[in-house]
Amino acid sequence: MKKLPTLFVWGLPILSGLLFVALWYGIRAVSGLQSWILPTPLDILRAAFSERATLVAAAGQTAIGALGGFVLAAALGFATSLLLGVSRSLRAGLYPWLLVLQMTPVIVLTPIIMLWAGPGMPGIITITWLISYFPIVANMTQGLLSTDMNHVALFRMCNASRMQEMLLLRVPSAMPLYLAGLRIAATLAPIGAIFGEYMVGNSSGKSGGLGFLVYSYNTQIKIPALFATALTSCLLGFIFVAAVSWLNWAVLHKWHDSFERNDH
Amino acid sequence: MEAVAPIVNFTSLQKRYGDGPLVLDGINLQVQRGDFITFIGPSGCGKSTVLKLVSGLSPWTVGELSVAGVKPRQARDRQAFIFQDATLLPWLTAQHNVELPLRLRGVPAAERVAKARQMLELVGLGAASGYYPRQLSGGMKMRVSIARALTLAPQLLLLDEPFGALDEMTRNRLNEELLALRAKAPFTAMFVTHSVAEAVFLSNRIVVMAANPGRLHAEVAVDFPYPRAPELRERPEFQAKVNEVSHLLHQVEPVPA
Repeated sequence: MKKLPTLFVWGLPILSGLLFVALWYGIRAVSGLQSWILPTPLDILRAAFSERATLVAAAGQTAIGALGGFVLAAALGFATSLLLGVSRSLRAGLYPWLLVLQMTPVIVLTPIIMLWAGPGMPGIITITWLISYFPIVANMTQGLLSTDMNHVALFRMCNASRMQEMLLLRVPSAMPLYLAGLRIAATLAPIGAIFGEYMVGNSSGKSGGLGFLVYSYNTQIKIPALFATALTSCLLGFIFVAAVSWLNWAVLHKWHDSFERNDH
Repeated sequence: MEAVAPIVNFTSLQKRYGDGPLVLDGINLQVQRGDFITFIGPSGCGKSTVLKLVSGLSPWTVGELSVAGVKPRQARDRQAFIFQDATLLPWLTAQHNVELPLRLRGVPAAERVAKARQMLELVGLGAASGYYPRQLSGGMKMRVSIARALTLAPQLLLLDEPFGALDEMTRNRLNEELLALRAKAPFTAMFVTHSVAEAVFLSNRIVVMAANPGRLHAEVAVDFPYPRAPELRERPEFQAKVNEVSHLLHQVEPVPA
C-alpha cells in the first residue's frame, strides 16, 4: 500500500474537523436550537476558559484515580497472568471466574464497592481497576501461552528450570501482548475513573474530579461547561494513551518487528 | 571395549505419535564418536524425528536408544541442537543470545561474556555482537545459532536442516565453516538435509531413509579425507558420490499419485 504524503496525514483530519464544525453551525442555524441545548463550539471554548481552574483541578483529581486503578490493574494483571501461565489446572479453574467478573456490569457492583471500599478515592480506584484489569490478563495470558515451540525446545535442551523458562523466555516473549493489553487498559482507565467519580465520588475535598463535575454541571444546567468537561476528559484520555504508547515504544522498538523501519 | 562404544545407539526402535501410524520402524543404527552422519530422504520419512528422539525432546515407543551410554534426557548436557530456523530470541542481542546456554547453566557473568565473545569471533561475527536478530541476515543468524550451540562444547551436535532456507552460496560457505569449526572443537554430528551435495560434502556417512513407515533404506560411506576443500565439489569422484546417493533417493521416492 502506498503511504499518504505527510501533508495529507496531518491535513485530512484537520479538514474533516473543520467540516464537522461547519456542519455543527449549520444544524444550529437551521434547527434554531437554544444554546443550553446545543451550544456552539465557541460557547464551549468560552465555558472551558471561564471554568479552567475547576476543570484542571478536576482533571488532576481524575488522573490520580485513573493512574491508581491502571497501575493496580497492570500489576495484578501481570501477576494473575503468571499464575494462569504456569499451570493448566489454575487456568481451567480460574479463567471462567475472571470471565464472570468481566461479564458482570460494573454499574451493578458499584453499590457493593461503595459499601466495601468506601466512597471517594478507594471506590474510584477499585472501579477503575475492575474495568481495566481483564484486557491485561487476557492479552498477557495469551502471550505467555503463544511462545515459539522451538524456543521452548531450546530451553528444554539446555535443561532450563520452569522458573528460567518463565522469566527468561515466556515473559519477554509475552511483552508485546502485555503492552497491547496495557494500551487497551489506558483507554479504559480514565473512563473508569470518571464513571467511578460520577457514582461514588464525594465533593468533600476541593474537587470531586471530572465525573463529579458532570453531575454538578448537569444539575446546574450548565450545558456548555458539560461539553467542556467532555473535551477535558478526552484530552486526559489522549495523555494516558500517549504515555502507554511511549512505554510500548521504549520496550519494543529495538527488537520487535512492529517497529521495523522500511528504509532499506 | 569402552573406548569403541557408540555415542548413539538405536536398537530395533519404533516410534509413533499417540495411536497414529508408525513414524519410524526397525531402526538399528550405531553412531560412532567423530562421525558426521547425515540423514536424507523424502518428506515424512522421520529424519527430523530421529534427532528429536536423540535430544530427548520426544519419547520413542518400542526398542532402545542410548546416548553416551545413558538415556537421551540424561545426556542433554553433552549435546546441542541447531534448529531449521536460527531460533534466536528476538529481544536479545547476538552476544546475549550466545550467552543464553551459559546463563541457563548458571555460569558467572564475566566468564560467559568472554566465552560468548570468543564464540562470535570464531564464526566471524565479532563486530555484530550488539546487533538484534532482526538486524542480521539469514546467514548471520545461523552463524549466531551455531556459536550458541558450540558455547557448551557439546560432544554431539544435532542439526535439523540448518541451512535449508539459505541461498546456495551462503549455504556452501557455512558448510565449509562448519567443517572448520569441527576441526577446532571436535564433535560428533547428526545432520538432516534435503540437499544431496551438502550431505556428500559434509559427511563421512549418509543414511538414506524411506517413508511410510520411516525406516533406514541404505547407507553410503563417504571416504574423502578431512579437511575438505571447497574444490572437492568440482571433482568427478564427488559428482559420482552425489549420483550414487541421488540414485538411492530415487528408489525410495513415493510413486506420484
